[in-house]
Amino acid sequence: MSASPTAITADVLDITALVRIVEASGIGAVTTFLGLVRDHNQGRRVLHLVYEAYEPLAERALSRIVDESRAKWPSVTLAIHHRIGRLTIGDASVAIAAASPHRADSFAACRYAIERIKQIVPIWKHEFFEGGDVWIEGATADPDDQAAREAAMRLACT
Amino acid sequence: MHVTIRLFARLRDLVGCGELEREAPPGSTVGAVWNGLVADYPAIAPYADSMSCAVNAEYARMTDPLADGDEVAFLPPVSGG
Repeated sequence: MSASPTAITADVLDITALVRIVEASGIGAVTTFLGLVRDHNQGRRVLHLVYEAYEPLAERALSRIVDESRAKWPSVTLAIHHRIGRLTIGDASVAIAAASPHRADSFAACRYAIERIKQIVPIWKHEFFEGGDVWIEGATADPDDQAAREAAMRLACT
Repeated sequence: MHVTIRLFARLRDLVGCGELEREAPPGSTVGAVWNGLVADYPAIAPYADSMSCAVNAEYARMTDPLADGDEVAFLPPVSGG
């Protein structure tokens, strides 16, 4: 379990440890998010997932998300850990903790973080389902795409 | 000059390996290296419209020039979370 606020790791994610990373004096709220491996996707019965990352760039992308969050919500402390490797149904693939003096900012920053992860962090899921396997392909990663960033911000703030 | 190419996810599967070494003329762009790869592996051509690229583990543009020893990565659309 990494004590760093951002990590790409093959270890089991520990949301309690993530909360400890963001806790500080003056905090009045912590919002946490856990993304789990779901047993179905687009009508397929999922057996397991294998997550792969371009690790050095993925670490930088997570740091970038923390920086973006800090620019928008200066009072929020954010921690993000993303797991890689083979995950089975119900395993946590991503854990986020956002701490702030008041709840509105911690909720918003937490939501912003997961939306941005899906946009710009070079991680891929290889889905193994009943009858085959498929690489899931979502967003074309472009950290400078302002429209994508604004879309994440809208989801965070509505 | 010498460049290392890194491939991920389905791009890696299509090419059959995740890391290739290539010689390229000095000043070659990321796009030129990609075009050379497509010539060898035509199945990857459709990714030109949807992928991202990186140089030395920083996001880059296809028009960016490369230097000797650079690591170029081609990244299919991402699906973390």
